Amino acid sequence: MAWFRKDKKPLKAQDKRDVPGDVFDKCEGCGEILYSERLAQNLNVCPTCGHHLRISAGEYVDLFIDPDTFEEHDESLRAADPLDFRDLKSYTDRIAAAEAKGKMEAVVSGTGLLDAMPVAIAVMDFAYIGGSMGSVVGEKIARIGLVAHERGIPLIIVSASGGARMQEGIYSLMQMAKTSAVLARLHEAGIPYFSILTHPTTGGVTASYAMLGDVNLAEPEALIGFAGPRVIEETIKQALPAGFQRSEFLLEHGMVDKVVDRRELKGTVALLMRHMSGEWTEDERVSVGR
Amino acid sequence: MASAPHLEFERDIVEIQNQIDKLLDLADRKQIDVSGELSGLRDKLHTLKERTYDNLRPIEQVLVARHPQRPYTLDYITRIFTDWIELHGDRAFREDEAIVGGWAHLENHSVMVIGHQKGRDMKENLRRNFGMPHPEGYRKALRLMRQAEKFRRPIITFIDTPGAYPGLGAEERGQGEAIAMNLREMARLKVPLVSVVIGEGGSGGALALGVTDRILMLEHAVYSVISPEGCAAILWRSAEHREAAADALKMTSANLTALGVCDEIVREPAGGAHSDWDQTARALKEALVRNLETLSELPVDELRQARWAKFEAMGAWREQA
Repeated sequence: MAWFRKDKKPLKAQDKRDVPGDVFDKCEGCGEILYSERLAQNLNVCPTCGHHLRISAGEYVDLFIDPDTFEEHDESLRAADPLDFRDLKSYTDRIAAAEAKGKMEAVVSGTGLLDAMPVAIAVMDFAYIGGSMGSVVGEKIARIGLVAHERGIPLIIVSASGGARMQEGIYSLMQMAKTSAVLARLHEAGIPYFSILTHPTTGGVTASYAMLGDVNLAEPEALIGFAGPRVIEETIKQALPAGFQRSEFLLEHGMVDKVVDRRELKGTVALLMRHMSGEWTEDERVSVGR
Repeated sequence: MASAPHLEFERDIVEIQNQIDKLLDLADRKQIDVSGELSGLRDKLHTLKERTYDNLRPIEQVLVARHPQRPYTLDYITRIFTDWIELHGDRAFREDEAIVGGWAHLENHSVMVIGHQKGRDMKENLRRNFGMPHPEGYRKALRLMRQAEKFRRPIITFIDTPGAYPGLGAEERGQGEAIAMNLREMARLKVPLVSVVIGEGGSGGALALGVTDRILMLEHAVYSVISPEGCAAILWRSAEHREAAADALKMTSANLTALGVCDEIVREPAGGAHSDWDQTARALKEALVRNLETLSELPVDELRQARWAKFEAMGAWREQA
C-alpha cells in the first residue's frame, strides 16, 4: 500500500506537561518548562519567549535597589475593618487569611539607593487581596511620597492592582485622592516620579498614581486599564480586539512613555534620573552613550 | 392627572396625591368647597412622606438618588445661579455632554460651575450617555477649572454619575489618566472648591470632580467606590444581593458623615428632592453661599494646606506593635 493511502492514526494529544515540585516553573507564555533557579536569575523573564512571569514586591525592591541599602518604612501598618464589612466572608477573615500567607499588605515601601542615587520606592503586591487599594496602600504610598518630598529624592511606584478594596468602601475610593494630592506636592517641588506599570494594573490605581508619572514605564504585555475587560465587554456587548489594554496598546495610544523589559528597568530609570538631575560622572556618560 | 408610582415605597404617597388631584378637579368642575377634605389629605400626605423618607433603607436611598424625576445639575444651575453661560469642549478631541460647565453668578460673585449631567428622556440620555463621561469630559472640566483659577474665581461642582464610561474609546483615550490628572490638579488649584453630591456619586468617575475643600451631600444622595449591583456581582456572585451590598458599603449621606468624608448634609424636602425642586434648590443655594464665604476668607496657602490635610487624613488602619 502506498504510503499516502496508509490508514491514518489519529494524532495523539501530547500529555499535558506538568510542573514537578518547586524545581521547575512553566512559562504561561510559551508553555516551556523552565528551571526555577535559572528563571529567577533572569528576573522571571522566560528565556525562550520573553514572557514576564510575576515576581513579588520584595523581588522588585531587589531589582531596583542596590544591595544592602533598602530601609523599609511603615512595615507595621495593617488593614483595619472600618465598615465592619461582611459579604459571604467577613473582611477580617480575608485579612487574616492573607496575613497567614505571610503578606502583610498590598504594598511594600521604603528608601534606598538606585545606582548609588537615593530614591523612595513603593511596590504593590498582587498576592495580597489582588493588590487592591485600601487605606494601608494609600497611607503607605502617601507617607513614602512625603518622605521623597521632604528629602527631595525621586519617587518610584511599581503598580500591580485589581482595583479598589471594596471592603473599605468610600475610604478605598478616597485613597485615590490622597495619593494624588501627595503627587501634586511632588510635582510642584520639581521631584521626579516614575510610575512602573506591571501586569495587571486596573481600576482606581490606574485612575490615580499609576498614570501620573513624569515618565510611565510598562512591562511588556501587561494588562493596563481603567475598566476591566469583562466590564467593558458587558457594556459594549462585543468581544474586545486582541491586544486591547496591553502595554503595547497603551504605547500606541500615547498613554505610556515606553515599554521596557524587566531586565532593563533599573538602567532605564537610572538614565532618566541622571537626565532629570543633570548630574553625571564621566564614566556614566560614556557607558550610556555606547 | 393620575400618575403611577416609580418606586414601590412611593405607592401610598402617589395614591394620596392622586386623591388630592381628583378632589381638586372635582371642586373645579362642580364649583364646590373641598377645603376641609383637602387639608386633611394634605396633612396625611405630609406625614406619610416624612415617615417614609426618614426611614429609607440604604438600597431605597440608592433608588431615590437615581429617581428619574430627581433634579439634575442643569435644574439646579437654573434655580441657584443667574447669568449662566455654558462653555464647551476639551480642545483636544470633542465635546462631551455628560459633563456641563461654565460661568454663573451667585450672590454677587462669579463662579465656575461644573457637573455631571444625566438626560431626562432616552433621546437626551443618548446624547449625554446617561451622565457617564468619557476622558474628554474630564479634560473639559479640568480646562474650565484652570480657567477659573486664572481669574481667581471659586469652583462649584455637582456630582451625579453612575460612573466614568467603561468603553473602548474611553480606554483608548485614557480614562484612567484623565481621572488621575483631575485628582492631582484639583489638589493644587489656588481657588476655593466646593462639591455637592446631588444624586449618584459613582466611584472614580464621581471623585474626578470631587477633590474639593468642602464635600456636601444632598440628604438622599449616595457616594460609593462601586455600585451595590457591581459589588454584589463580585462579592456575592450575584447582582440580586444588591440590598446586602448597599448596607455593607455604607454609602448614604449619614454614613459618609460618620466616616468623615461628607462635611455637610443638605436636607431635602419631605418626599425627596424630586417632590419639590425649588425648595431643594433654595436649601442647596444657602449651603453653597455659606461654605464659599468661609473658604474665601482663607489665604491660598492655608486653603491648600487644609485641602491636603483633609484628604491625607482619610482612611483607617492598625499599627502592629
